[in-house]
Amino acid sequence: MAVFPSTAAAQAAGRTGRRTRKATGRGPGRTQRSAYLFIAPIALGFLVFYLWPLLQTFYFSFTSFGVFGGNTWVGGENYQRVVQDVTVGRALLNTLVYMAMGLVTLPVAIVLADLMNRPGLRGVSVYRALYFLPFITLPTAVGLVWNWLYNGDFGMVNEALSVIGVDGRYWVSDPSTAVYAIGTVMVWSQVGYYLIIFIAGIKAIPRDYYEAAQLDGAGPVRRFFRITLPLLSPSIFFASVICVINSLQQFDLIYVMMSPVNPALGSTQSIVTLFYKWAFEENSQGGAAALAFLLMLLIAGLTYLQFRFQKRWVHYA
Amino acid sequence: MRRRSLLAGAVAATPVLATGCSGGGDSPDGSGGRTVLRYGMWDPLQVPGMRKIAKAFEAEHPEISVKIEVTPFDAYWTTLKTAMRGGSAPDVFWMNAVNIQLYASNGVLRPLDEFIERDGFDMGVHPGELVGMYSYGGERYAMPKDFDTIGLWYNKELFDRAGVPYPDDTWTWDTLRDAAAELTDPSRGVHGITGEMWRQYTYYNTIPQAGGYVIRDGRSGFDDPRTIEGLRLWTDMIDRGWSPSQSAMTDTRGRQLYLSERTAMNYDLSAMASQMYASPAIRDHGGVAVLPRGRERATTIHGLANAISGKSPRAGAAWEFVKFMGSRRAAEIQAREGVTISSYAGTQDIWVKSMPEFELRHFIDMLDYAVPYPASKYTAAWENLQTQLLGRPWTGKGGIEEAARTLARQMNLALEQEK
Repeated sequence: MAVFPSTAAAQAAGRTGRRTRKATGRGPGRTQRSAYLFIAPIALGFLVFYLWPLLQTFYFSFTSFGVFGGNTWVGGENYQRVVQDVTVGRALLNTLVYMAMGLVTLPVAIVLADLMNRPGLRGVSVYRALYFLPFITLPTAVGLVWNWLYNGDFGMVNEALSVIGVDGRYWVSDPSTAVYAIGTVMVWSQVGYYLIIFIAGIKAIPRDYYEAAQLDGAGPVRRFFRITLPLLSPSIFFASVICVINSLQQFDLIYVMMSPVNPALGSTQSIVTLFYKWAFEENSQGGAAALAFLLMLLIAGLTYLQFRFQKRWVHYA
Repeated sequence: MRRRSLLAGAVAATPVLATGCSGGGDSPDGSGGRTVLRYGMWDPLQVPGMRKIAKAFEAEHPEISVKIEVTPFDAYWTTLKTAMRGGSAPDVFWMNAVNIQLYASNGVLRPLDEFIERDGFDMGVHPGELVGMYSYGGERYAMPKDFDTIGLWYNKELFDRAGVPYPDDTWTWDTLRDAAAELTDPSRGVHGITGEMWRQYTYYNTIPQAGGYVIRDGRSGFDDPRTIEGLRLWTDMIDRGWSPSQSAMTDTRGRQLYLSERTAMNYDLSAMASQMYASPAIRDHGGVAVLPRGRERATTIHGLANAISGKSPRAGAAWEFVKFMGSRRAAEIQAREGVTISSYAGTQDIWVKSMPEFELRHFIDMLDYAVPYPASKYTAAWENLQTQLLGRPWTGKGGIEEAARTLARQMNLALEQEK
C-alpha cells in the first residue's frame, strides 16, 4: 500500500526537503546524498525495469518486429493498424465495460465497510477474511471455478436459478452475457481489497463526529452521507484511481475463462488480451507495442483527469 | 563519487550476468567431455517415452547425452522464440505444422537435406504428407515423429438403444445426418453428434470431403462453395438440434460429452484413444470408424516432428539424435507407450494392438486419403479469424455462407501480410 496518497506525509516530506537544502546551502549535502542512496535501489529498478522497456516499446511500435530478431522501421504503420482495426475498437469498448463494472465495486465496498464498522458487530475479522479471500486467490483458480459455476448445462448458477423457475443461459459462451459474467467475477474478486481500504478509512474518522451528529438528531443514513462519505473521500479517491487502472489492465480472468473456441471470445476481449494475441500468437509485436502505448496513454489520461477533478469532491481533513 | 562507482559496478555486473545466461548450454559441462544435447518438448505425458528413447540413444552413442526440457504448450512457442533471439534455444526441439513455415522461412532451423543425403536416410518410411508438411522451399527441415488422424468415435449402447446400425466404411454424409437425427434424444439429454467449432476435429475434415480447401497457393478457400458446404454440414446439424450449439460445447467440450455418454458420435483425434480407454464405459461400449465420406474421402493428418536449431553449435550430434528419433527402434519405444502413433511405417501395429477393444486400425487405414493440416507462414493469424467469425453461425445466429465469405476476405488480407 505504498502508493497511498497520504498528502500529509507528502507535504511533510516536501518540508523536510526544503529544510535540508536550506541547512546545507549549495550543492548536495550529506543528508541529501544519503537520501539518494536510499532511493537508489528503487530508482535503479525503475530505470531498468520500467523506463528502459518503455522507451524500447515506444521504439518497437514504429518497427516491424522480426520474430527471431531483425526489426525494420515502418513509421506509423502500426498506429495506422491500431486505428483501422475493428477489433481494437471492440476491445476498447469491452475494456470500458470492465472499467464501469469495476467502479461499481466501490459503492458496494463502501456500504459493506460501513456495515462492518457498526459498533457491536461480532465476528468482523471473520467477515473481513471471507471478503478478502477471493482477492488473494490465484485468478487462474478463480476463473476455473467460476467457469464451472457458470456452466450452462451443469453449473450451479443455473441450478440455483432453476429453483426460482428462471431458465439460465450459457453465461460465459453467449456473446450477449459473457462480458458481464466476467465483469461480475472481477467485482467479486476485488471487493475485498477495497473493503479493507474503506474499513481502515472509516476507522480513522473520529467517533466524536458521529456522537455530535447523533445528539443533533441525525439518523444513520444522514450520518453516512454527511460524515462517513465526505471524510472517506480521500480513500475513495485512491480506490477509484487504482480501480480504473486495474480494470483497464484486465487480462488473467479473461484469458483463463475464455477458451479459444468460445464464440463469445470477440465480445470479451480487452485491450490487454488483444495485445497478448497480437504479440504472442500472431507474431505482430510491432502492432502490439503500438497498442500497449495507446493503453498507457489512456490510463495516463484517465488518471490525470481523476487527479484534476479530485478537488471538486475529495475532502482532506 | 560513490554514485559513479555504484553505476560502474552495475555496468560491470551486466556482462557477467549475460554470459551466465548463455553459457549454460554451450559448454560440454562436467559430464566427462560428453556432448550434451538439449531437447525441447511440451507434452508431460510423453516424457517417460522420450526419456526411454534418449536412454537407448545414449547407449548407442556414449559420447552424447540428452537433456530433456519440458515447457508447457501454452508457453512453448513464446519461450522458444525468445530463446531463439537470445541464442539459448534447445539444440533439438518439437515442431508442429502451424509453426514450421514461420521458423523455416526465417532461417532459424538447420536444413536436414545435407545430412539425409550424406547418410542415405530413407524419408519414405514416414508418411509423405508429413514429410511434405515439414518441407519449405524444397528443403526438409524436420523429422516426423508421430501422427494423428481424425476418426468417428461412437457409443454402441446409444446406437443400440436408438436401433441405428453402427457406422462403417459405407457411411456417407447422408447416413451421418440420418443417424444424428435418430440418435438425438432430448428427453435423456443426448445429442446425436457433437460438431464443435474446432478446425482439426470437424471442418478441416469435411471441407476436403466436400471437395473444398482451406488454403491453396496463398489464397483462402473459405469463399469456395464446396468449402462452405463442408462448414454447413455442421452448422446445419446445430440448427436442427442434432448437435449442441457451440456455446454449450464451450462450457462442456464435445470430448467430455462423449466420455459422459451425452453424445452418440464425436469426431476426435487418434491420440485420444488412451484417454477414451481409461473410461470404463467407453472402453466397454465405445467404438471407432473411418470418417463418413462426402464427395470424397478425407481425414486431417497432423504430426509432430523433431527440428534442429540453426544456431546449435552441435548440429552433428543433434542430427544423430534426430536420425535416431526417426528410426524404427525409437518409433517402437514410442508406440509401446501408447500415447501417440509413431509415424515410422509398420510400427503402428503395436499401438493398434495396445487397445484391442477399439478398432484403432481405422485410423491407420485413413492414411491413404489423409489431407495435411493446412498451414502458411503466419498460420495463427488466420486461425484466430476463424474462431472470431464462425462463432455466430456455430451458435445458430446468422448464416454460414456470409460468415465464410467475410472470413475469406479477412484471411486473404492476413495472407497478403505474409509476403
